[in-house]
Amino acid sequence: MLKSLTNVQVWVHDQDEALAFYTEKLGMELREDVTVPEMGNFRWLAVGVPGQDDVAITLMAIPGPPVFDEDTRKKITDLMATGASGGLFFATDDVQGTYEELKKRGVEFQQEPTKQPYGVDAGFRDPSGNSMRMAQLA
Amino acid sequence: MTPVPPARHLLRAKDLVDARYRDPLDVPTLARAAHLSPAHFSREFRRTFGDTPHQYLLMRRLERAAALLRNTDYSVAEICVTVGFSSVGSFTTTFRKTFGASPTAYRAAHPPAATRARVPTCVLLAQTRPQTAAFEKTANGGPASVETQTTDEGG
Repeated sequence: MLKSLTNVQVWVHDQDEALAFYTEKLGMELREDVTVPEMGNFRWLAVGVPGQDDVAITLMAIPGPPVFDEDTRKKITDLMATGASGGLFFATDDVQGTYEELKKRGVEFQQEPTKQPYGVDAGFRDPSGNSMRMAQLA
Repeated sequence: MTPVPPARHLLRAKDLVDARYRDPLDVPTLARAAHLSPAHFSREFRRTFGDTPHQYLLMRRLERAAALLRNTDYSVAEICVTVGFSSVGSFTTTFRKTFGASPTAYRAAHPPAATRARVPTCVLLAQTRPQTAAFEKTANGGPASVETQTTDEGG
């Protein structure tokens, strides 16, 4: 049987920009940054929430050939930019304080902290357009 | 550095509507968020997201109104103002054309989804936004006038 979830993947249009965003703005820690020359300089880049060591977020560049043809790569890039890709959900003990801190660091918020039936949540995006949410659950 | 896809700038304008739908947003304001001229912005917004900026704003306000009807006991007049409409009459008319029921009837027919599942807000925002096509069909060929300060110059 499956034992645990270890990585989730988000497509990013620029790995350097994504790394700076996830570490410097969101405060995540770098877990792995490995470039493999024999795989066309494929770069495995993973970050994670400090204190949650068993789950990492892989910041994956959208590959061209031989993985995707140019048309497919462009379609994925364009879809991400429209906000059509999936999102990540985070928990926080202080959504208002975290919102203010992240806002100060330049994070783009779609939604200010708002009371919901399940607690208070807020929404923001990464530079590639991926949707992120954080919630302080009731 | 990899160039930012043009749609990423348009997404900022769309996010601005989602965040500030209560305000009298106009096309120049949204176009500035996307770093485009107003006319070019409206065309590109529609091409990318399928709705004109004005239609998107209108549907967001109606979606938020429907959510408040389902989840709160606010009066229809309070909800009307809260989501950015300035006239209860036009709000009620537009709501009925879009959802096929008056706000009061809609409330009675829809218990809060949150009583059945913990649905994140982003999912509600996306899934319950009325479709512009349905609105246009019921509005006899075009969106009904909404008494807001919203303008849509190019869509």
